[in-house]
Amino acid sequence: MKRWLPFEWIAATRFLLDGKLQTLFIMVGISIGVGVIVFMSAMLTGLQANFIKRVLTSSAHIQILPPDQLARPQRNGLGETEDAIVQRPSQRLVSIDQWQKIRNQLETMPEIATVAPTASGSALAMRGDASRAITLTGVEPETYFNVVRIPDYIVDGQARLLSDDILIGIELAKDLGANLGDKLNVTTSTSGARVLTIVGLLDFGNKGANARNAYVSLRTAQSLLGMIGGVATLDLSVKDIYAADNIADHIQSSNDVIADSWIRTNAQFFTAIHAQNLTNMLIRLFVGLSVAFGIAAVLVVSVIQRSRDIGILRAMGTSRGQIMRLFLIQGGLLGFFGSLVGSAIGGFALIYWHATARQADGSELFPLIVDYQLFVWTAVLATFTGLLAAMAPALRAAKLDPVVAIRG
Amino acid sequence: MANSILDLNHINKVYNLGEPSEVAVLHDINLSITKGEFVAIIGPSGSGKSTLLNIIGLLDRPTSGQLRINGTDTKGLEDAELTRLRGHTIGFVFQYHYLISAFTALENVMMPLLVDHGFPTDKAEQRAVELIERVGLTKVGHNRSNNMSGGQQQRVAIARALAMNPDILLADEPTGNLDTESTKSIFSLMREVNRTNGTSILLITHNMDLAQQCDRIIKVVDGRIVVEQ
Repeated sequence: MKRWLPFEWIAATRFLLDGKLQTLFIMVGISIGVGVIVFMSAMLTGLQANFIKRVLTSSAHIQILPPDQLARPQRNGLGETEDAIVQRPSQRLVSIDQWQKIRNQLETMPEIATVAPTASGSALAMRGDASRAITLTGVEPETYFNVVRIPDYIVDGQARLLSDDILIGIELAKDLGANLGDKLNVTTSTSGARVLTIVGLLDFGNKGANARNAYVSLRTAQSLLGMIGGVATLDLSVKDIYAADNIADHIQSSNDVIADSWIRTNAQFFTAIHAQNLTNMLIRLFVGLSVAFGIAAVLVVSVIQRSRDIGILRAMGTSRGQIMRLFLIQGGLLGFFGSLVGSAIGGFALIYWHATARQADGSELFPLIVDYQLFVWTAVLATFTGLLAAMAPALRAAKLDPVVAIRG
Repeated sequence: MANSILDLNHINKVYNLGEPSEVAVLHDINLSITKGEFVAIIGPSGSGKSTLLNIIGLLDRPTSGQLRINGTDTKGLEDAELTRLRGHTIGFVFQYHYLISAFTALENVMMPLLVDHGFPTDKAEQRAVELIERVGLTKVGHNRSNNMSGGQQQRVAIARALAMNPDILLADEPTGNLDTESTKSIFSLMREVNRTNGTSILLITHNMDLAQQCDRIIKVVDGRIVVEQ
């Protein structure tokens, strides 16, 4: 017997080790439960973190656009309209009014990290006989690359944008039969054409984006799209991504612009995350409950099996409190050691799943986020669950009448 | 009595009091045991012997009457106080030995000291080794109870009952399940304990030979003491 172990701990461990098969079975049960919880929690955290990362590195946190152009029907007098039906005007490509001023103002806001002006519109890319419609985005690399991490998507070449440079998606390059260093003829409906050199190929992990997106320098885009000196959007990155909605509201209320936050443009994604979290919580709750009832059931049986031992212990001067602690400790120990084994199972399942499950493009399905806190919390919660589950059996054991217990 | 260790005055025990199934088990028991006395309690099955022993052992409370142990009136004592008094002054030996199977013989003997002290100590272990030696089981001291014969288990149970050096040893048919040879050796062990330690012993038995060898015989019939010799 260990000299430093109190009586209750010695007896609790002995009782658990004495009923080997029973202890083994309930340990397996707890371990599987804990393993499922650990695996699911870590995988969901990884998936969500991955999704958020993808969304946030491929689009602006907040995008500022010029206000919609409205038709202003002529009126004869107050409340009177000449025409019954007012057609919505076509939205011309217009610049944000006084965008430099707005940019300066935004740059002074402490919660905003980067302000990147862009000029974008549709164009036609031609090479030889092949031509494709593209979305041309003119950017300042020094600001825009901090908002959308274009360099991360480069698979060939470099993320450089001089006035004659163009970055295109790999799908577009394939369609046009173009390669790094080749020239492209880019024309727009408004003001002529430019011959640009392909300096980098991009892979966004999305076929549509790879076939359509092309990046040029801001000035090149401005001249191609006929909006000299103007910009179509201001793309912002913010320091606290979850405050983006409030910041967008603030900007919209103080300027004549439209400000869309990533939270609003990805509303569906948030609904999905919310549903996922709720499901995860419910599964955890029910797995936890079934583990707790498993522990309680085993301990109730143990109290019945050991009623004579309890009676004898009571006869030799063991207090009700000691008997109660003896069974509470058993519950706690089952929970704690079950959580250790379960965490190991969950951890291995996670590593295995991470290694084998791949996305369609061969990249990892979710990043392996192994947060030691998850394991600490799991152990704490499982131990607590064990203690709680042991409450009823422990009370029952403590209340046992020694005379009845000894008689069996 | 000045040197009495146990005094029972007008002890009554009624089970299910006030219910239709009410049963009176003990009627007006008056009994006094002196220090170092070896008393046999005999009587037919169901006569209330075990109930009497449980009440003396503070495992059960009398419905009415007074029980004094070592001069302490046990009436009105809290459960925790009764448990403590029981642990320090009374040792139990039961018919079915009831060793705790999760522990070795030596650990079983050590158990009352462990319970009392809260932690295992060198002193406790030394005492257990001594007691195991005294009951002649040094060789099987590290065996678990399921690896011992009935007689050996009962010897361990006696050693355990003596761990706290109690004033009173209560034995409820300790030889009821043993062969003649083991019965003899268990009885002589108890006799030896009684003589050398001065422990008062109350022995419930159906074996008249054993009863004859005790200092006093008390016969209980239908919950009443009918003969004291």
